[in-house]
Amino acid sequence: MSFVWTLAEQHAGRLKEVSFELLSRGRTLADKLDTKLASLVIGDEVDDEQLQELVWRGADEVYSIQDPRLASFVCETYSNLLSHLVKTYQPSVILAAATSTGRTLMPHVAVRVHAGLTADCTELDIEEGTGNLLQTRPAIGGNIMATIKTPDHRPQMATVRPKSSRPLPQDRSRVGKVIAVPLDDWLVDERVVAKGYRSDVQDFVNLEEAEVVVAGGRGMKRAEHFGLLRALAEEFGGAVGATRDAVDRGWIGYPHQVGLSGKTISPRLYVGAGISGAIQHLAGIKTSETIVSINSDPDASLHKVADFGIVGDLFQVLEELRRRLAETSPGEQGTAGRDAGSEK
Amino acid sequence: MDIIVPIKQVPETSNVRMDPKTGTMIRAGVGTVVNPLDLYAIEAALRLKEAHGGSVTTVTMGPRSAEKALREAIAMGCDGGVLITDRAFAGSDTWVTSYTISQAIKKMGRFDLIVAGERATDGDTGQVGPGIAAWLDLPLATYVAKVEVLRADGASSERALRVERLVEEGYQVLELALPALVTVVKEVAAPRLPTLRGKKRSKAAEIPVWGSQDMDLEVSFLGLKGSPTKVVKVATPKVTRGGTILVADDEEAVSDAVEQLLGFLAERDLLPRRGRA
Repeated sequence: MSFVWTLAEQHAGRLKEVSFELLSRGRTLADKLDTKLASLVIGDEVDDEQLQELVWRGADEVYSIQDPRLASFVCETYSNLLSHLVKTYQPSVILAAATSTGRTLMPHVAVRVHAGLTADCTELDIEEGTGNLLQTRPAIGGNIMATIKTPDHRPQMATVRPKSSRPLPQDRSRVGKVIAVPLDDWLVDERVVAKGYRSDVQDFVNLEEAEVVVAGGRGMKRAEHFGLLRALAEEFGGAVGATRDAVDRGWIGYPHQVGLSGKTISPRLYVGAGISGAIQHLAGIKTSETIVSINSDPDASLHKVADFGIVGDLFQVLEELRRRLAETSPGEQGTAGRDAGSEK
Repeated sequence: MDIIVPIKQVPETSNVRMDPKTGTMIRAGVGTVVNPLDLYAIEAALRLKEAHGGSVTTVTMGPRSAEKALREAIAMGCDGGVLITDRAFAGSDTWVTSYTISQAIKKMGRFDLIVAGERATDGDTGQVGPGIAAWLDLPLATYVAKVEVLRADGASSERALRVERLVEEGYQVLELALPALVTVVKEVAAPRLPTLRGKKRSKAAEIPVWGSQDMDLEVSFLGLKGSPTKVVKVATPKVTRGGTILVADDEEAVSDAVEQLLGFLAERDLLPRRGRA
């Protein structure tokens, strides 16, 4: 029964938005292959309503493996479990998110089940005739797009960039099975123990999951000026990013860094202020849906990859933009940053 | 603490030129360097060695010329390096690469820890580190921003690492029994520069070179043939998006440009919801 599988992701019992994005990808593939789509939920305390939402957003079956020992991602135990399930059910395709979890778990499992794996896909399709999965990914700093297939091994595994697709709307008439699968003790690896999260961290940012990222570079001139970016990010319900240069100057912390030696992001909207657009930075933002550049230098590389650029004093532009956005807001919630379950 | 650092030689810049006809990389005239993210791994390993004693040995798989990367690592302070090179290894995907390197590491002998960069700047997959951990059945932590040794001098079964992983929600704290494998990010340590003495030592260093006959390898797991994934097509996407660029050199022009930007964002449904009429 060669199903298409997607791996849902959860944190503290809440499914992440990317779980639903993967289902919209998986639905298309399963329909083309004329097979079923199953979503796997590995975690703890994910409630029935959320499991049901996976069905409403495209899954035919949901395998729910929940146990306190699965609350936090620990690669060995997750990999033991997933490898065991793959060997038992032999899915044709497995999609996971290109997140810190997916990018760790999938290569580990691929080795164990002797499968091909493609990282960070932005497009997926089915090859006519063979039914092979065609996986397209940016490589070499986004300079090329490579299309890859796995003709002789199953499952065909891929991690998919978060935000590279939209969840399907909820269809409450959809019917699917939710199947609870127990975690067998022998699958638990006790060599690694999760000790929670560091609690003393200030100014941490979840850049990868932000729908809007407002980023600053050397042109911001001083740490204090990032306040302007924070205010603007807040208007959009987004997050603040930075170039390596800004981070190395101590203007903002490393979790904000975007680019080759920082995070790779693919938000719906990326606004770069005072960013020249070094190739290392561009590598981290190239798959953003819309790119806006604000820089007084008309020759800045970021202008060249931007969908909309303003050549001008960035402080004037940012201030004006913030003022105009604040003017039109009666104080409701922004669209961005809403969590997955809130749309009813 | 004996540490192994797998490294990769990559093109010097990510601004790679592509042949528009063949869609392949133009390698000629492009210099090579140690993968910049591997420098963080080397630095983290050297600091652990300085604090706890032991050794740091690098290993790389690549063409004969990748020896240069190993010598650069020795110049930074590593004790030695092993080059795995063979025509039979050409065209390896991440599954095969992690297998081949794992078999080399088995041959290298006893170790306490493997430290790898989070990914290489050319392939950009981040899959080889976790792959090696799977082949060698080692406890794994990726995206590590901080490493601390717990009970470094106890009996081997009691030795452990405490690490902090930089993940989407914050810094996840993990404790791993040794031997283990960690992949690190920039925050772990700022890499040192090679010293003059290091450079002299690196010139004199003997680099063992291992081919497919020197390791215990399953032939069907090697190179392009053994790789589960196959590249079907390579395309060069257009770099420029040909967007609107407005010049705003006075107050009025700024106001006008922002107006147009808001219109553009509204058209793409990107304005905050509250901003919509």
